[in-house]
Amino acid sequence: MELTRRGALALGAGAALSLVLPAASARAAIEDSIANFTGGADIGEGGITLTTPEIAENGNTVPISVAAPGAVAIMVLASGNPNPDVGIFRFGPLAANQAASTRIRLNGTQDVIAIAEMADGSFVQVANNVKVTIGGCGG
Amino acid sequence: MISRRDFLQVGMAAAALYGTSGFGKWGRLAAQQQLTQDELLQFDTTGNLTLIHVTDIHAQLKPVWFREPEWNIGVGEAEGLVPHITGADFRRLYGIEDGSAAHYALSYNDFAALAGSYGKVGGLDRVATVINAIRADRPDALLLDGGDTWQGSLTALRTNGQDMVNAMNLLGVDAMTAHWEFTLGIDRVTEIIENELNFPFLGANIFDAEWDEPVYEPYSMFERGGTQVAVIGQAFPYMPIANPGWMFPGLSFGIREERMAEVVAEARGAGAEVVVVLSHNGFDVDRKMARNVPGIDVILTGHTHDALPEPVLVGQTHLIASGSHGKFVSRIDLDVADGAVREVKHKLIPVFSDVIAPDPEMAALIEAERAPYEAELTEVIGQTESTLFRRGNFNGTWDDLICDALLSEREAEIALSPGFRWGASLIPGADITREDIYNATAMSYPNAYRIEMTGEMLHIVLEDVADNLFNPDPYFQQGGDMVRVGGLGYRIDIGKPQGERITNMTLLATGEPLDAARSYVIAGWASVNEGTEGPPIWDVVESHVRKLGTVTVEPNTSVEVVGV
Repeated sequence: MELTRRGALALGAGAALSLVLPAASARAAIEDSIANFTGGADIGEGGITLTTPEIAENGNTVPISVAAPGAVAIMVLASGNPNPDVGIFRFGPLAANQAASTRIRLNGTQDVIAIAEMADGSFVQVANNVKVTIGGCGG
Repeated sequence: MISRRDFLQVGMAAAALYGTSGFGKWGRLAAQQQLTQDELLQFDTTGNLTLIHVTDIHAQLKPVWFREPEWNIGVGEAEGLVPHITGADFRRLYGIEDGSAAHYALSYNDFAALAGSYGKVGGLDRVATVINAIRADRPDALLLDGGDTWQGSLTALRTNGQDMVNAMNLLGVDAMTAHWEFTLGIDRVTEIIENELNFPFLGANIFDAEWDEPVYEPYSMFERGGTQVAVIGQAFPYMPIANPGWMFPGLSFGIREERMAEVVAEARGAGAEVVVVLSHNGFDVDRKMARNVPGIDVILTGHTHDALPEPVLVGQTHLIASGSHGKFVSRIDLDVADGAVREVKHKLIPVFSDVIAPDPEMAALIEAERAPYEAELTEVIGQTESTLFRRGNFNGTWDDLICDALLSEREAEIALSPGFRWGASLIPGADITREDIYNATAMSYPNAYRIEMTGEMLHIVLEDVADNLFNPDPYFQQGGDMVRVGGLGYRIDIGKPQGERITNMTLLATGEPLDAARSYVIAGWASVNEGTEGPPIWDVVESHVRKLGTVTVEPNTSVEVVGV
């Protein structure tokens, strides 16, 4: 559902709203990306932190940061975007820390997912929900 | 008046007369017609540190009427908890006698009748008297302002907040944080902070949007009562979403819980024995933050305009709610020893304008600030036979009147008025002056737009606003109360997820369901988009009220609320 230009004028920020869960094709794309990254290995939890705003101030440029001490690579996915792949950060053996920050575009309210590959070949995952809203009506 | 399907019939049983809080006492005294300034200010000074909290004054220099909400629904973990308890249930909870001054100050029932007995509330000259009296007990008391101070009246609009800056400087505020302040535009805010303000402007959660660096001081350290007190400022977290981001384009906000934890630790590391957060988060956000961030002794809450006669304790953190519009002043006495808070005593002091004498110095300042605008302010536009109020989750009578004005003056099928929490009330029989209209509308993006929107789009908008109010996680509650509607009826199921709450949207003019594909002519105001065109809303309302002469607002039955 796209906001019409005139509609967006009424209340807000003109961010496109996607109020539905990822479609089947999008879920498949996410699963493919994860499988390519992990090689089908089990994914655990813990040891990875993902920092995102609760509500995006601007869905076109949402600041995120991710950290996983001891990781060799961290993949970031935007589960509700037409193309969920955001990118993979790789850390060499001389990296002082295993953390990265960037800004991503979000098509609507959705989960942002980060998966870290640890030095021992194991994987851990974290997901945060980020809300994209029309806004306005501010108290 | 909104229909509540499973409405609870509340008994008028006499409330308990023997409450344990100091608050119950002035309720009883009031019932005995013994309300005096001395009794309102009575406080057994305790400990070694006093905090004074005012917040959300919304530029109200003069006394006003202010009706507390009937509808204040709590969702998720806040369901059934204060401040989401109203009316008779609220009075029973705190042992407040029906018909007492406390009833009038803190609940909505019989508002017009009690307003006749107890009069107006607030007025910054009365607030000054309360603060001076506390300082007479405790000369080094810390006076903290939670923000929403520079916006909400004709004079604040005309002077770009200068009248309020002058008044708060005279009041001797020690620190403030902000929300609507930024709607004056970043240049004006910077000018005030650099050249006008006599005290720190704090915002731990305000960052440069490009470089992600703090822009304002996160906290100030005060040595008071022989102890080190850190006051951390937390500005309204959803500033660029709920209000026009283009007015302060370089700034990023957010709750930033981890940042708060860092600043608390930094303040403790710098020697703070007491950590106070001066917050504009809103009560439910503060309740969650208090649970997640250790080491905060007191959160002075704001934004949601709640007034609570006792602190709410979350772990070791005391949450204080001090109302709005100058109606209350909170006094908090702390006993601090050996690096820890040992005792907290608190009183929510209601500022009854007819009981508390105005402070002459502040009264003179207010008179001088208003003098250039006096004729404009006092011009009578019409009268009202109904109570006009805004506060509440859904349509109030002020916004019903504003929506009627939009429908009629802008020739629209549907009107939208934002769910602001600010705006004073009027009682039946009162004149409607130009000042009264501005008290419900004065802000810096007032253009009354007129657009076309499909039924589907309007549904998306209502769902979006509803989720920003009723999302079960308070960190995802972005803004004000529900957008108010004219010419449109709907049913809302609070407990449903976004996209499923709003049904039965009906065009009231025809009684027909809204057609998702058809375009409707919509009028509204307070768009956050730059370049919005249309006359300012106060002119639209003034023209409408002039034509009506006498305003009567019929009970609004167009919103059906279920799932409460």
